[in-house]
Amino acid sequence: MNDLVFFINKGLLSGMIIGSIYAMGAIGVTMIFGILRFAHFAHGDMMTLGAFVTLIIAALLASAGVVLPFPIAFAAIIPAMAVTAVLAIGLDKVFYKPLRNAGARPVVLVMASVGVTLMLQGLIRLFAGVRARDMFIDQPKDIFQIPFPGATRAVILTEPQIVLIGFTVVAVLALHLFLTRSRLGKAMRAVSDNPELARITGINTNHVVWATWIIGGGLACAAGSLLSMDVTLKPDLSFNILLPIFAATIVGGIGQPYGAIAGGFLVGFCETLAVFNWSVLLRPIQDSLWFELPRNMALVPTEYKLMVPFLILIIVLIYRPTGIFRGRVL
Amino acid sequence: MSLLKITNLHAGYGQMSILKGVSMTLEEGEIGVIVGPNGAGKSTTLKAIFGMLNITEGSIEFDGEDITGIRSEELASHRIAFVPQENNVFHTLTVHENLEMGAYIRRDDFSRVMDHVYEIFPPLKEKRRQPAGELSGGQRQMVAFGRALMIEPKLILLDEPTAGLSPMFMSQIFDRVIAINKTGVTVAMVEQNAKQALAIAHKGFVLANGANSFTDTGRNLLENPEVAKSFLGG
Repeated sequence: MNDLVFFINKGLLSGMIIGSIYAMGAIGVTMIFGILRFAHFAHGDMMTLGAFVTLIIAALLASAGVVLPFPIAFAAIIPAMAVTAVLAIGLDKVFYKPLRNAGARPVVLVMASVGVTLMLQGLIRLFAGVRARDMFIDQPKDIFQIPFPGATRAVILTEPQIVLIGFTVVAVLALHLFLTRSRLGKAMRAVSDNPELARITGINTNHVVWATWIIGGGLACAAGSLLSMDVTLKPDLSFNILLPIFAATIVGGIGQPYGAIAGGFLVGFCETLAVFNWSVLLRPIQDSLWFELPRNMALVPTEYKLMVPFLILIIVLIYRPTGIFRGRVL
Repeated sequence: MSLLKITNLHAGYGQMSILKGVSMTLEEGEIGVIVGPNGAGKSTTLKAIFGMLNITEGSIEFDGEDITGIRSEELASHRIAFVPQENNVFHTLTVHENLEMGAYIRRDDFSRVMDHVYEIFPPLKEKRRQPAGELSGGQRQMVAFGRALMIEPKLILLDEPTAGLSPMFMSQIFDRVIAINKTGVTVAMVEQNAKQALAIAHKGFVLANGANSFTDTGRNLLENPEVAKSFLGG
């Protein structure tokens, strides 16, 4: 039973947690691709930026004497999402929109987004330094030990992890309702489907572009903040997470928000299950196995975790380039 | 006053000029048909009206207003609707959502128009919850027409509405065009099937090499031996 709890903690829960982060990042990347037709490589740094905005707002709130029954950083996420959304629209206005208006090809925009990545990384390091920071400035995060029947080990969840899972569920539902019920949400799907026809129909492309950055920027901020609460906030937070997010986007089908969610969880689970030490689960049935269980039987050593999304990416690109939900082909 | 007045239009893509002096006037309530051999600039004329082209010379007036070089997203608010030849529906949106998007610029209650569209195209009502991409070619064309009608246009531009449809659908489409026109909508239509199209046209414009070669009533053009010889195939 303890082994099962270990599996739930290290396999299922961590898969779900990292999957939620990937899903929220991938929703932004896939929508930006669907509407603006380019791969937004600066998305990871938008997450870091969002996390820093959360930290700054939390610090401001704390210095203003605000005391809450829960860590102040959680309360800071909502305004930080709004700020990051505005920053995202600003980045679009300054860097991407002039290129779009000049009729630049998508690859030029991709390169511009790489430039924005470098710029954001530089700016964040310039103002915040390179050290890791704790997002919990006023009180430590709570850690919950949920007893599991028949086991001495407990299922462990931390406060930010619970918030993250809850937030992801709410965000996905809200996004679904927005895309299928609201006028602007339907217009976003229309632009993603056929931009020229959307223009002829009189759909205001500017509004749609803004909505895209608001959703993409807001979710990036939430994901970045909650990820840095789960671990720590570092300026290079985004670096290791960008590739899995792109893998999730492509696996799900480019331009498909539901695909991005599925892809995010798929990549998240694959990653954690690949580095999971399976011998823990197999040990109870050692007697019926024909081979000696090694001490560590992970499919991939932890240091090579980043290889997993790479592998998924390559397999999908070769065998099903449209992804699970039949998105665009790159 | 004419509803649509195109005067000596020169236009093209980038530097390449395709239209070299197209003129055309349509009165309110008329059906105008643009015919001509391939590459004569028929579809290009429609696209030029719709702001999808570089206009170098000439002017386009609509309802007394100069709309030369207007951006395509502004035309819907002038109540001009365009049905492109290809990719004229949102494939991943349902039929109903396609119609809703047609009415995107309207902030008033458009349920009456929607009912009207379902009345003219009964198959759409049945399939309103289906993605438009799953419909047959003829039904997709109905969605495209319906989408365009949602703004209650004064002028509707149709780019080869019968292209790729079977002859049975073809006459259905022409019937629908007449029906739409009867409700007071002015129609400007590009057609490959010149004979049938000219038969329903109040005015016909035969283009060749990016300029008018014949302009007359539809009937007169059909009876004009020169038009018949050079273009209608005898």
